[in-house]
Order: sequence, then structure tokens, then C-alpha cells
Amino acid sequence: MTMLQIDNLQAEVAGKPILKGLSLTVNAGEIHAIMGPNGAGKSTLGYTLGGRPGYAVTGGSVTFDGRDLLALAPHERAAAGLFLGFQYPVEIPGVSGAQFLREAANAQRKARGEEPLSGGAFLKLAREQAALLRMDMDMLKRPVNVGFSGGEKKRAEMVQMGILDPKFAVLDETDSGLDIDALRIVGEGINAIMRRPGKAVLLITHYQRLLDYVRPDFVHVLAGGRIVRTGGPELALQLEEQGYEAAA
Amino acid sequence: MTGPAPLPTRKAEAFRYADIGALAKLWPLPEPESVVVPAGGSFSRAIVPDAGGVTRLALSIGKGAKAAVHVLNCNGDYGRVELDVTLHESADFTLGGAQLGAGTQTLEIVSTVSHVEPGATSRQTVRSVLAGRATGTCLGRVAVARGADGTDAAQSVRALLLDPAATANARPELEIFADDVKCAHGCAVGELDAQGLFYLQSRGLPLPDARRLMLAAFIAEAFAGAGDGERLERLARERLEALL
Ligand SMILES: Nc1ncnc2c1ncn2[C@@H]1O[C@H](COP(=O)(O)OP(=O)(O)O)[C@@H](O)[C@H]1O
Ligand SMILES: [Mg+2]
Repeated sequence: MTMLQIDNLQAEVAGKPILKGLSLTVNAGEIHAIMGPNGAGKSTLGYTLGGRPGYAVTGGSVTFDGRDLLALAPHERAAAGLFLGFQYPVEIPGVSGAQFLREAANAQRKARGEEPLSGGAFLKLAREQAALLRMDMDMLKRPVNVGFSGGEKKRAEMVQMGILDPKFAVLDETDSGLDIDALRIVGEGINAIMRRPGKAVLLITHYQRLLDYVRPDFVHVLAGGRIVRTGGPELALQLEEQGYEAAA
Repeated sequence: MTGPAPLPTRKAEAFRYADIGALAKLWPLPEPESVVVPAGGSFSRAIVPDAGGVTRLALSIGKGAKAAVHVLNCNGDYGRVELDVTLHESADFTLGGAQLGAGTQTLEIVSTVSHVEPGATSRQTVRSVLAGRATGTCLGRVAVARGADGTDAAQSVRALLLDPAATANARPELEIFADDVKCAHGCAVGELDAQGLFYLQSRGLPLPDARRLMLAAFIAEAFAGAGDGERLERLARERLEALL
């Protein structure tokens, strides 16, 4: 079943065209890796899918679970099952992570016509997901990402993903800033949360090492705002050996 | 005998941004309430003018005494809170103020903090959130007298504008005639962090909820450590609802 269909997507930032006719289809149950040089438009793809203001779609279409994704507001995309793991998770002073996540989870549930999570049920869920990522619950209660190290921020992103339980996750360089142990924990976390029937992942990365844990079904090269090459897991190895230029 | 002081004009520094029309109806102002905190004593007061107007408080904080004033200025078309604070030796003063304005409201916190003897500390934090065509002003004057060595005076004034026609004025003023004085002050006027808002939205919060969370956190900085901080935060959140 097709989960995400991106067709000839064009988007610009600050009047500058970045995505220039990007097409990609992701089926439920699949994990796709996107690799590509800096400035290729990988993060722009993530933000455009997430509906970030300032990322203007000038052409093409995106269908998510049979719906026109681009017609939805950012919070509606989340409620529809989209999760964006940020390359640079944002610090939000004074806003407790646990409080915001409970509100966010319940806003999503409300939008889907589900009952809200009680305080107790939320805490139990949060504890489970924090434990999965070996993160201290106290960190989750602190202001969102404030004072977290780069690696802690990425781990916290995955705890958020576990709590929100999305159908589809775009993970933007979630592996950068992680040490070897954290990389394994995050990789296993991604598998536990997302490698399930009816779910799919778009994994943006520069390195094979994350793909050793989260085995992709497809690997794409994004360069100059479009997908220039697609292959199986072996393509990632080839890219690591030869670089993007030779592979593209 | 001198008569009542004439109605000030906007040429007077302390009334530079005042709503003189509204002030005229209240003129002459009653004398400030005067509170003397005895040496070693402590005092706290929450000021929440429920219909605006001018609230005036003069505080004299005795040797080694502590005083904390928290202000939630959000009601009435014109709300002005004037504080005149004198710190004696090693006294301590905290001001935490929040102003939440919408429509055509003019809200002001005008403080004069005088360190007249050595070793006293003052901490002033004012957070304003302004929507519509509201004006929020914070004039904070800190005067350190000759001989008031070792003074530590901090002032942090920040405002967030929610609409293009809203205005914030922040003017810290320092007069220092002593030695070994630590005076930190910062003031900033800005908008809600767009990146933070998108981050919260991307997790499923509708925009108004995302803004409410961030604004409540911003305002809460003014009430950190307040005895009845929770009540003030709740009142502030209720007012925020009306702003959004
Ligand atoms: N907010 C922005 N304003 C202007 N240009 C931007 C902005 N964000 C990204 N860009 C530009 O868009 C291009 C793609 O950036 P990005 O999507 O971050 O690439 P990648 O994630 O593949 O490294 C770059 O040329 C970058 O400079
Ligand atoms: Mg990027």
C-alpha cells in the first residue's frame, strides 16, 4: 500500500528554488534512506513535508495516506501520522517537555476523534519510551531541549517519536552528534518504534553506520533538488566508498 | 503653599509614553502608599490592578530586609504601576512584572530603585506581551548613590509583540555614583520564536496552543519565586487566552 507519494515536487525558500521536481514513492512497511551532499535540499524536503512556514511549494503534489498532505496545516499533518525528526531540534525555554508532549499527543488524539490520555497513562507511556532510548525521565520534564547536548537532543527526538507513535517518520540526520553507543540505542529505538506493519520511514543520513542498525529497503541520492539515483542497501556502501559525485 | 502638581506632559521622562488623556481624568494622583520595611524584616506584595488606573507604591527597605513586589498589569485601558524603592544597607529587592495588553491598552511599569547604602541587591524582571494596538512600557531607573558601594542591581526587560501595530518601550536608566557596583541590564523587544512555534506545531499542537505554551513560559519568568506565583501565572494565562 502506498503511504507517501511525492510527485514532481518543487519548493522554494526565500525565493530560491530548492526542490526541483522531486518524485518519490514510499510504501507501508518500507524504510528509505536519503543521502546526498550538503545543500542538496534534504532538510528542505523534510520541512516542506512538515509544512514549515517559508517553505513555499511552487509545483507538484504530495499524497499521504490518500490525502493531499500539502493542504494540511503542520499540526494536522502530525495528527495524520507524520513525524519530523529535526536535524537541529529546537530549544524552547520554560516549556516542559512532558507537558508539551502530553498536550501534543492529546491534540493529535482529539483531531483523530480519540479519547485523551490521562496524566497517568501519559506518564506510563513516556516512561516506557524514555527507557527504550535510555533517557532519564527527569530530562523529559525539563524545558524542551534546553541545555541538552547534541546527542541528547537526538535521543529526545526519538523519545518524542515513541510517545507520538506516528505512521511515517522523516528523520533528518538523527545520527549526527551521536557517539557509538548512542547510535546503537537510537538505531534500535527507530526499529522498535517504526519497523512495524503499516509504518514507514524516510531516513536522511550521510553515513552507512546508522544503516547498519536500521536496514533500508531503498537508498536514494538527492542532489540539486531531485532524486538522481535509487538503489538497494548496497548503494549506501558504494556512496560511502566513492562519494556522491561518482555515484550520481 | 504649593498647589497640586500640574498634569505632566510627555516631555517628562517618566510620562514619555503615558496616556496623558487617561491620566488627566485621574489627576491629581493620590500620594503613593508608603511602606517601610524595618531592618531585618520582609515584605511581599502582589499588585494586580483590576481596572487599570494608577497604582503607586513607595518602599523603604531597611538594613538587611527583603522585599518582593510582583505585578500583573493587564486590566483597564490605562494601567500604570509606579514603584519608588529605596534600599538601605544590604537590603534586597525583587520586582517581577508582567504586562499583557490588547486592543488600545496602554500599560506601564515605572520604577525608581535607589541604592542609598552599601551592599544591597535588586533584581527587576519585566515581561510584556502586546497584541492589537496595545502599548507596553517599562521605565526602570536605577540610582546608586555615593557610598553605596558593592551594589548589585540587575534589570531584565523583554517584550513580545504579537501584532504589527503593538508597541513596546523599554528604557532602563542607570545613575551610578559609587564604586564596585554590578549593574546588569538587558532589554529586548521581539516576536515569538518562529522555529519554536513550528517545532511545537510539528508535534501536533495547533498554532494557538503552541503560542499559548510559549507565551505562558515567557510570562512565568516574571513570577519565578513569587509567593503566590501560581495564582499570578493562572491569572496571566487567563488573560493570555483573551489575547490570542
Ligand atoms: N531559511 C533559508 N533561507 C535561505 N536559504 C536556505 C534556507 N534554508 C535552506 N536554504 C538553502 O537551501 C539549500 C538546501 O538546504 P538544505 O535543505 O538545508 O540542504 P541539506 O539538508 O541537503 O544539506 C541550501 O542551498 C541552503 O543554503
Ligand atoms: Mg540538512
